Amino acid sequence: MKRYIFERLLAVCVGLCVAQASLFAAEPIAGPPAGPTAWTILEPTPEEQAELLLERTWRTLAKDDLHDPAGPGLRLLINPGAELFKLPPDTVGNKVRWVKALQEGHINPQPRLFSTTKLDEDVVEDIMLTKMDTGDLPRVLFPHKLHSEWLSCKDCHDRIFKTKAGETPITMLAILEGEYCGRCHGAVAFPLTKCMRCHSVPHETRPHLVKGAAVAPATKKSK
Amino acid sequence: MGFDLHIQSRCNLFRYLPGSAILLVLLMMLAPSSVMAEYADVVLNKRAEKAGISPVIFPHWFHRMRFRCKVCHTELGFEMSAGANNMTMADIIDGKFCGICHNGKIAWGPQNCFLCHSGKRGLESGIQGGEVTGGPGRW
Repeated sequence: MKRYIFERLLAVCVGLCVAQASLFAAEPIAGPPAGPTAWTILEPTPEEQAELLLERTWRTLAKDDLHDPAGPGLRLLINPGAELFKLPPDTVGNKVRWVKALQEGHINPQPRLFSTTKLDEDVVEDIMLTKMDTGDLPRVLFPHKLHSEWLSCKDCHDRIFKTKAGETPITMLAILEGEYCGRCHGAVAFPLTKCMRCHSVPHETRPHLVKGAAVAPATKKSK
Repeated sequence: MGFDLHIQSRCNLFRYLPGSAILLVLLMMLAPSSVMAEYADVVLNKRAEKAGISPVIFPHWFHRMRFRCKVCHTELGFEMSAGANNMTMADIIDGKFCGICHNGKIAWGPQNCFLCHSGKRGLESGIQGGEVTGGPGRW
């Protein structure tokens, strides 16, 4: 009986191998295409372009529903519109493309206060096409280097994201609730209504990590 | 009365209209009131109003034009979560948190109360999303 089972199993295995081999011989299965090897700032969509033609406006502090219009310090404070109009336009958030503003040198925010602080912006040079299952949406391309220009490693790792790629259980629901990417996106970085700025790579593309990928031109070194 | 009956007989929609309007108004009252603040403004009112002073409005936009996120969120020790930073005015005067810059040297000092404590009374603490979203968890 044992011998009979063994023989049957062997036959099945051999059969499977032959079937596999013939499949390969007939038509080699092409692997999914590799994703992009560089990250570039996404150009505005046609709808955004139409909106960008309109003049940007910002509420004055006295009319923003937060500041007390009768407050004694209000006249000394600067209105958002007095400074933000100089920066590259966007349709959402502060109506400013902050990354572009930094890349193109419209602003040069200080990266540190104390000269003893070690800057770690050169540690990460990669872009990551994440492994997450994004359902019907395109995959998420994460420009690591670009985030490190604004943030230090410690801000995200390991408190919000685990250092090892693919180990953080990110879900869109959690992001919408203000966790993971939602800590900043939707609060201070561009809002979550701009789906395609993150979901930017065709779904069929193979997840990968590109070391040393060109992301942004190096910004001015700090003092 | 006759007019009402006439409408009702012609279209059921009108029968449900007052009810649905009331429901809609109730739902709108339940939803957080939308504030037209600048994107990413933070209201700090954990202690301010209890201590008898207006809440603090922190403008992210102004600070990020001059300092990268890492300056405050790493060097100064601000947690990246509104409400998670348990600082007191005493800390700030001692040169911690805001007081690292707001010391009269880099930025105005803590004696200029109403430049920071500039909010309306009764505001709730938290991040304000501006005109696009209501901020994290408020969709």
